[in-house]
Amino acid sequence: MTKDKTTSTGGVSRRTILKGAAATAGLAAGSGAITGFPMVWSQTPIVLRQVGTGVSNINAIAEKCKADLGITLQMTALDSDAAAQRTVTQPDSYDIADVEYWICKKVFPAGTLQPMDVSKLKYFDKIVPLFVTGKLTPDSVIAQGTAPHTVGFVEGKDSKKFAKAPTGWMTMVPTIYNADTLGIRPDLVGRDITTWADIMDPAFKGKTSILNIPSIGIMDAAMIMEASGEIKYGDKGNMTKEEIDKTIAFLIKAKKAGQFRAFWKSFDESVNLMASGEVIIQSMWSPAVAAVRSKGIACKYQPLKEGYRAWGGGLGLAKHLDGKQLDAAYEYINWYLSGWVGAYLNRQGYYSAAMDTAKQYMSEDEWGYWVEGKAAKGDILAPDGKVMEKAGSVRDGGSFYERMGKVACWNSVMDEDRYMIRKWNEFIAA
Amino acid sequence: MSEAVADAVLPAIDVPPRKRFSIGRYASYLQALPLAVILGMFLVLPILTIVMVSFWDYDSVQIYPDFILLNYEETLGSWVTWQTYLNTLRYTAIVWALTLVIGFWIAYFLAFHVRTATMQMVLFLICTVPFLTSNIIRMISWIPFLGRNGLINQSLMNMGLVDRPLEFLLFSDFAVVLAMVHLYSLFMVTPIFNTLMRIDRSLIEAARDAGANSWQILTNVIIPLAKPGIAIGSIFVVTLCMGDFITVRFMSGGQSASVGLMIANQISVLQYPAAAANAVILLAVVLLMVACILRVVNIRKEL
Repeated sequence: MTKDKTTSTGGVSRRTILKGAAATAGLAAGSGAITGFPMVWSQTPIVLRQVGTGVSNINAIAEKCKADLGITLQMTALDSDAAAQRTVTQPDSYDIADVEYWICKKVFPAGTLQPMDVSKLKYFDKIVPLFVTGKLTPDSVIAQGTAPHTVGFVEGKDSKKFAKAPTGWMTMVPTIYNADTLGIRPDLVGRDITTWADIMDPAFKGKTSILNIPSIGIMDAAMIMEASGEIKYGDKGNMTKEEIDKTIAFLIKAKKAGQFRAFWKSFDESVNLMASGEVIIQSMWSPAVAAVRSKGIACKYQPLKEGYRAWGGGLGLAKHLDGKQLDAAYEYINWYLSGWVGAYLNRQGYYSAAMDTAKQYMSEDEWGYWVEGKAAKGDILAPDGKVMEKAGSVRDGGSFYERMGKVACWNSVMDEDRYMIRKWNEFIAA
Repeated sequence: MSEAVADAVLPAIDVPPRKRFSIGRYASYLQALPLAVILGMFLVLPILTIVMVSFWDYDSVQIYPDFILLNYEETLGSWVTWQTYLNTLRYTAIVWALTLVIGFWIAYFLAFHVRTATMQMVLFLICTVPFLTSNIIRMISWIPFLGRNGLINQSLMNMGLVDRPLEFLLFSDFAVVLAMVHLYSLFMVTPIFNTLMRIDRSLIEAARDAGANSWQILTNVIIPLAKPGIAIGSIFVVTLCMGDFITVRFMSGGQSASVGLMIANQISVLQYPAAAANAVILLAVVLLMVACILRVVNIRKEL
């Protein structure tokens, strides 16, 4: 009996330790130890598992995909940090990663995604040049930060190194992007807001907020600080240690002076802060502005003279995909760019990566309002049929070219990332 | 794991030792085995993993097996850590003191003022009713209540008591402490109520016969006998407060930091080794606090 006991406990602990060791080894290696997913599913309908940020994990897309292609999409919506983590640490738990470009810069070198063969992308030449050459129009200036085209291509099929110019291997196919700015309550601010620096106006003391996601919050802070004339950055998206120190010191000073009411981390928090009147000017995302407005509360996505902070997301393929699964993934991506989804995203106030294909799926009035910046002729409806904007209204910031052409910087990940996070924690603790 | 086994088996050793082998001796080991395995797999092993990872190196995407002390140096060498710990301890101390007074008060009322056992149980169950909804919902529901245009401010302004909204009510230390006290008071009520119910009523009668007044009975008889309950409740409240991050985040509007929040931030940017080092330090601090509580009150002896 003694023997039984020792062997059984010994067995359990040895096994669990091995298991733990395997799990940590897998984590450390960053790539799945188990590659080559067994193709036991080949007889059954294709299922693609997609993880990503909440913005584009939309059920309507999954339903339409099932109807058009017969592919079942299983979507998991996470916040950006969690999506980045999932992409790196659990590479076998998804087939398609739907993440932002700054996350791509972080995760692609970990080797859990595989580059895409451009020749298999049917609508590659329809993709907005912003994602290929970095220039919206031939004479645009490339914005600071992690511009999508800088991490959009790698040097070869098995490369993890980002290419300087477009190649035949794309890291992610762009799907959705937008230009962010400050949201304001026009009924409560009581004056014109024209610059990022206005958020630091003593008149708004205790009524402002910025977002507490370090990698994005620091960019908003940089826009504010540069607009206040406190500093001129070499590259807002890749600050030096001194620049980070100065920026954080500036934020801490403002925080101690009581300038901020709160810091938000999730979409809903930003909507509640604005709708309840706790905050009257803050960093905000476009659909959050729409959500406040849909409650009948005035809210404006205020264009500012320094320009926008832009972000973009795309779809990446998991390393383990091959055979039929891989073909299905390409089919899904081609379908994604073929127009229906693009129109759907445009109607939410985002932009689609292939504007030309999306246009075919939008009415002239919708296209005019969302993309061309024209006054709406009729009511503009949300995808669920609710009235989003009344006839006659004009989109804040104007047309696609006006908005995306005034991007000052892209969401980014810095070389001094680790240092920046530490300093950001100091700001929150201060 | 062997420690866990030894610990779990402790009570069985009280059986008078016998010279010859008996099946009973091994039966107790077998009885302890399932718990030992579960604790080993889901408590000891994860903690060992955390300790191991805390010595690893990392960059923005990956962690590398290594043995470096950098994570501890960075954590302990930064004033942010110290300030955050100080802030967390401050919350803990305030919340502990408030829950202790409120918890003891309620438990005392239930145990000594409510006469019938049925009524006691009914009232006690009423105390637990809020726990039927989620912790987070109970906390978040304070936000519209305390906000600038919330119920309290509107009432105060309509009554003409204040001419502008009280801003300190929400997104402040006050809000954090209020929510924590609300969430954690019951953890104090339950164990204290339990010990108060066990106090032999004849002791109180004896004290009264010996001429003690109510205050003397309370301080010389009831509180000393309630110490184990107070200690257990304190352990609950202290550990909950020290590890809290969601209450601090929501109620301070992200303006204050706690150790848990610091760890959550590090995990969210994939800095697992730094978070692990932080967690090890937090674990050590909390264990130390629990040890101090147990040193003052011997729970085992007095139960």
